[in-house]
Amino acid sequence: MIDRSPPSSPTPTPKTGGITRRTALKAVGATLGAAAFAKAVAPLTEWAANESVDDFLQKHYRELSPVDMALVLDRIVKDTKEDYGADVEVRDLRPQEGVKLGYALNLSICVGCRRCAEACHVENNHDRPSGNSYIRVLEMEKGSLDLAKGNVNYDGPVPKSDKFYMPVQCQQCDSPPCVDVCPVEATWKEKDGIVVVDYNWCIGCRYCEAACPYHARRFNWSKPQIPAEEINPDQGYLSNRIRPQGVMEKCTYCLHRTRDGRLPACLEACPTGARVFGNLLDPESEIRWVLENKRVFVLKEELGTKPSFFYFFDE
Amino acid sequence: MSNSNLSAPAPAGVVIAPPAEDHLHSYPKFLWQAIKDATDGSWWFYAWMILLSTIALVGLHAWAVQVRDGMIVTGMTDHVSWGVYIANFTFMVGLAAGGVMMVIPAYLYHDREMHDVTIVGELLAIAAIVMAVCFVVVDLGRPDRFWHLIPGLGEFNFPISMLTWDVIVLNGYLLINLHICGYLLYTRFRGQVPNPRWYVPFVFLSIGWAISIHTVTAFLYSGLGGRPFWNTALLAPRFLVTAFVSGPAFIIVLLYILRRLCDVKIGDRPVQILVNIVRITLLINLLMVISELFTELYAGSAHTASLRYLFFGLHGANGLVPWIWSAVAMGIIAAIMFLRPRVVEHPVWLMIACALAFTGIWIEKGMGLIIPAFVPSTLHEIVEYQPSMVETQVSAGIWAWGFLILTVGLKIALPILRQPHPEMTESQKNNSGDAAPSA
Repeated sequence: MIDRSPPSSPTPTPKTGGITRRTALKAVGATLGAAAFAKAVAPLTEWAANESVDDFLQKHYRELSPVDMALVLDRIVKDTKEDYGADVEVRDLRPQEGVKLGYALNLSICVGCRRCAEACHVENNHDRPSGNSYIRVLEMEKGSLDLAKGNVNYDGPVPKSDKFYMPVQCQQCDSPPCVDVCPVEATWKEKDGIVVVDYNWCIGCRYCEAACPYHARRFNWSKPQIPAEEINPDQGYLSNRIRPQGVMEKCTYCLHRTRDGRLPACLEACPTGARVFGNLLDPESEIRWVLENKRVFVLKEELGTKPSFFYFFDE
Repeated sequence: MSNSNLSAPAPAGVVIAPPAEDHLHSYPKFLWQAIKDATDGSWWFYAWMILLSTIALVGLHAWAVQVRDGMIVTGMTDHVSWGVYIANFTFMVGLAAGGVMMVIPAYLYHDREMHDVTIVGELLAIAAIVMAVCFVVVDLGRPDRFWHLIPGLGEFNFPISMLTWDVIVLNGYLLINLHICGYLLYTRFRGQVPNPRWYVPFVFLSIGWAISIHTVTAFLYSGLGGRPFWNTALLAPRFLVTAFVSGPAFIIVLLYILRRLCDVKIGDRPVQILVNIVRITLLINLLMVISELFTELYAGSAHTASLRYLFFGLHGANGLVPWIWSAVAMGIIAAIMFLRPRVVEHPVWLMIACALAFTGIWIEKGMGLIIPAFVPSTLHEIVEYQPSMVETQVSAGIWAWGFLILTVGLKIALPILRQPHPEMTESQKNNSGDAAPSA
């Protein structure tokens, strides 16, 4: 800097002649560097070619006007046709007034057949190669509710006489740790109690996945692959539409069905009737009857998450 | 080569440039000089920079592939959903906070010799924070939506989400240190004595802020009730203590390198102070490890599965066992070495001790802290994790990028480091300046 070139410098740099060997080498180096840089980021350009500007600029779910939402849904339908070759309908169903959805599961009669997990896989347009599902069924040892003694990878005919079976999915907590930790409010609890994710807003940091005590959240590690003929065309913006790569997803109690007066796919698939679903605010509902007449418990109650998913035994 | 080195930078005009020159003119000149300093040097310097650039480019490419193909190319799964990226992020936050251990003796205890070299700690903090931010960005599934995190533009879930606190404290710490270093270098370029009013308040701010970045980062994890391995009050204090091992250990090595390779006159005192700090923090950390092991294992509750997986393996899964025991061994050996006066006086042994302490903490904070919280999973499934090639390349790339920033920062700061005392600058600057060859 200032000190380094005293005016009495013994050998002043030749000002004429312009380019020294060092400068030339630097120029070559810089050119090579720039070329290498372009080559290194080439995959980014390939990726960006498939991303739309509208997608990039889309606002948060809460800030979308009905007109905005119509455009967004339209775009999703078009993209699905383009990417997957399937004709689908995507709706944005809002929560119904006076409804809080709750689920109860009878552990006495669940046989561990995993039909619920399978139905979830199909209904929610999950990635086929990974066999993803929002439900995991634990084979538990009779006499213990210790999850550490449970086993997810069980084989053979079910039910085994010394075991009972416990399906676990999103507990739609009333104080959900996953919602608290999200830095961008991409996940929140809706009025009817369902914790949802705006797949177009999530940045994919997976903090919610670390926060969830029930292993209820899934990440789209790659772009989901589903053959066109297997795609469920009845889709919801906040639920089972095909998710983009790199975002979180989770069980929504099939809100595209349950906000439309139907039952969740996992319940319909259950052969034993172990699953009870309904409106917790309706005193006449079956789920209220279960809560009032059965000995009910929730998973990991000590964590204070206040689940809307209940387990019970018959005897 | 050395001839052209000496004569290449700084046109003669700069020397006569009066200090009164207005900032509009002198600041661009300062930046231009900084760019020149950063891109000019000996052949060793070029070789080092080319090596780092190459590794950084390999990492950049790997990251580009990861963005295109999805994070399926990493070793992470829905079971172990954070891996080496977040591990390195945590370590980097500590390294950045550790830089403050030069600032505290210099400014709180008015240590003159330390004062002269604090800029080394501040530059390290800058490089480490940039790396920490990079490690978070590469961990995002949708880096294109980064703007959702910007307050005002996106939806900033403040103050509920601890991650938003982290965004604030990390960027704040980066800005504070950029200001301090930038101001010192710029005034020096203008040939003026830095005005304490413009940087000393920020130095004191940076002390508190350094503590905050690592505390907030610890709260990120310890606030999760569903992960018993993290859900401990000891996490934040332990983070700070390990930060004050890794930071000073790195700076000790850095000071030696500056002294040997760059002809910077550094007294023994700064190194001694740092050695004393590491001596104690290493022991406190070991005490905390023992407390944690005892509390968890003696009671034998079901919550200790992660800890047992980490130290002893669980149901045949023992991927982390060799890692953690080497970290413990390194910590113990380094602690013993730091306690021996003869080791500390011998540069080579001291370097080895520092390297052991640094590596031990890196393993402990990385593989040892982030991964086991996910094993077993919250439903007690045991899925192990190993970083993939892409993750390794990206991580190496970010490390190289950090070293690039640090090297350039130090290169620009060399004239400051070579001057004896800030107060003496006016009278002595010509003498000291002429004597120093450019690196």
